Amino acid sequence: MIGMNHYLILSAILFAISVMGIFLNRKNIIVVLLSIELMLLAVNFNFVTFSSFLHNVAGQIFVFFTLTVAAAESAIGLAILIILFRNLRSINVRDMDQLKG
Amino acid sequence: MSSMHLYLTIILAPLVSSTLVGLFGCALGKKLSQLLCILGVLISTVCSVVVLNQVLSNGLYFDGPLYTWLTVGNQTYSVGVLIDSLTATMLTVVTSVSLMVHIYTIGYMAGEDGYTRFFSYISLFTFMMIMLVMSNNFIQLFFGWEGVGLVSYLLIGFYFKRESAIFANLKAFLINRIGDLGFLLGIGLVLAYFGTLNYAEVFAKLNEITGQTFLGTGWSVITVICLLLFVGAMGKSAQFPLHVWLPDSMEGPTPISALIHAATMVTAGIFMVARLSPMYDLSETALSFIAIVGAINALFLGLLGLIQNDIKRVVAYSTLSQLGYMAVALGCGAYSVGIFHLMTHAFFKALLFLAAGSVIVGMHHEQDMRKMGGLWKYMPITYLVTIVGNLALAGIPPFAGFFSKDMILEAAENAHHHGLFGSSFVVFCVYAAVFVTACYSFRQLFMTFHGEERFRHSHNDHHGHDDHGHHGPVEPHESPWVITVPLVLLAIPSVIIGWVAFSKFVPGDFYQNVIFNAEFFKEFTGEAMAKGELSPIAMMIHSLSSPPVYLALSGIIAAYVAHKSPAFVAAIKAIFKPVIYVMERKYFMDDLFINLLAPLGRGIGKVLWSIGDVLLIDGLIVNGSARVIGVFSKIFRRAQTGYVNSYATFMVLGILILLTFCTGLILH
Repeated sequence: MIGMNHYLILSAILFAISVMGIFLNRKNIIVVLLSIELMLLAVNFNFVTFSSFLHNVAGQIFVFFTLTVAAAESAIGLAILIILFRNLRSINVRDMDQLKG
Repeated sequence: MSSMHLYLTIILAPLVSSTLVGLFGCALGKKLSQLLCILGVLISTVCSVVVLNQVLSNGLYFDGPLYTWLTVGNQTYSVGVLIDSLTATMLTVVTSVSLMVHIYTIGYMAGEDGYTRFFSYISLFTFMMIMLVMSNNFIQLFFGWEGVGLVSYLLIGFYFKRESAIFANLKAFLINRIGDLGFLLGIGLVLAYFGTLNYAEVFAKLNEITGQTFLGTGWSVITVICLLLFVGAMGKSAQFPLHVWLPDSMEGPTPISALIHAATMVTAGIFMVARLSPMYDLSETALSFIAIVGAINALFLGLLGLIQNDIKRVVAYSTLSQLGYMAVALGCGAYSVGIFHLMTHAFFKALLFLAAGSVIVGMHHEQDMRKMGGLWKYMPITYLVTIVGNLALAGIPPFAGFFSKDMILEAAENAHHHGLFGSSFVVFCVYAAVFVTACYSFRQLFMTFHGEERFRHSHNDHHGHDDHGHHGPVEPHESPWVITVPLVLLAIPSVIIGWVAFSKFVPGDFYQNVIFNAEFFKEFTGEAMAKGELSPIAMMIHSLSSPPVYLALSGIIAAYVAHKSPAFVAAIKAIFKPVIYVMERKYFMDDLFINLLAPLGRGIGKVLWSIGDVLLIDGLIVNGSARVIGVFSKIFRRAQTGYVNSYATFMVLGILILLTFCTGLILH
């Protein structure tokens, strides 16, 4: 029988994968965006899990909002990325070190 | 409450006119500016006379705050007004002389650049002087004190394109800083020991402080305070050795030489000591110091007047000498006599200065007496008033200066009988100075108004350009009425004020509970009163059988002889050659200040700057701390890669660590 713990563990694994995606990725900034999306999905997964097990529909409604915001956010992220590419001619994370003092 | 409005009017009328003219002078134009300023001072003068009249008729006394300026802890500092006989006298003298000078300025400054600026300044000066005189506490006194110093600085440098004027005003400013340092320290000590700065409260506490000594030393607190305050007076009232700024201040226009550097501002120190007479009376050390300094001023600086050729400088040195007389009077415990001489001097010295200014105008801005002579028939009014002024200055009865000066001589002798330290020196100086005073003042008179008309053949070596564009010999002319009317108006008090005011100042009780003359002086006046010797007529009769008048007359004769026979002068000069040299270098006082004290001060400053400022503060503290931070940040900056994802990594790791830690805490 698949219990709540399994879902939560899955969600944690997804979250961990996305965090590692951000940490270890040194090549492609699109991967960073994808990782952020995955992170959000992992959190959404938690919402749905709790909503289903606790019989409270509010969690699932909340997921809709989160997804909407996430979609808007990734649209903005991609737009910024395009501008960035125009300026730098590269989407390599290594080239984006201008925050360095 | 209406009397309060009266006092406020006296204070504020000149301030308002000064501010208006100072800010909008260009827009108002010359006519309106001069009208405004004169109106402001006229209002003040009228109100002052009203106040004086009230004091004279019903002994008006008022001491109260106008408004609270500052409260620190339990201390309240307020701007206040003290009206008594001393204030009323000073107010009347200041405003009336100021009014005369205002009118005179119309004639003297006509056509000069900065005409409205000048009017604004002298009105501001009048305001500051009134603040000084009317104050009932030390803070306000200091405000007025510095205010008049500021205006003096501005006006000495009125011709700010002239290098000598800039030098003179800086000199006046710096020398006064020395004095003001002492003054400020004195005020600080008053606050420290008395816990208040209000005159009345300070005087009330005098008895508690009298026995105390200063910080474990053997000096009495009162003496230290009095001496420090008098150092301030030495700066402002040009007492030796801080007198060096006054002769140079003659760079300013003549009206302000008359108003500020003769009649009013320089007497602020004398006024201050008289105002604080209850305190000074407790310290015989301070009194004898004041008397000795004053005696040096009276004789030795008066002597310098004998060798001056600039008409204004003669009057300047005579001012120094007369200020010395006032200080002697103070030092001999005869404070009211000091104020008496202050008042008579204000009138006749303003008169002499304005007359000198009239000569300067008549001679087309020539100040060298060697290029004058024989002016009496060209400038009869100026000539007559100069004679009046000089007779008053020399102390010939019944002119004003006679009464005040004779009383100072009496006071000095009385102090000698009493055994004041150094009083034999003081007595010698003041008697000798009578001769010297008469001599230099009449030398000036003879050189300027009598003898050969030297201006006729002096135009060739006329240095610099002539302001009026004359190319022939200058033709002197009598000054316009705006100049002569103030002269005549000042000549009247120069003749009669000594006679009229004598009974108020010397034996009378006009200044009872305001000025506290020393006990030994009071005994003296009491005895003299009982014998009927203290009336103007008795004094004049007595003067015929006592040396001062004959000293003065012989001074006049000496001046006349010197005028008639230059050979005599040359012979004397040859005999006293080294003395004359020392006098021409002004006793090396200027050299002392410029070549020794100023470089010394600059040297100390340079050492402190290079060690304290550059090395310690800049090098060690400021740049040193920056360098330490730089070294550390060079190490830490390696952690800053610039990659966002590594920042995120650190952030998450940090959160993890924190969470672990907090969870651990909660579980325990």
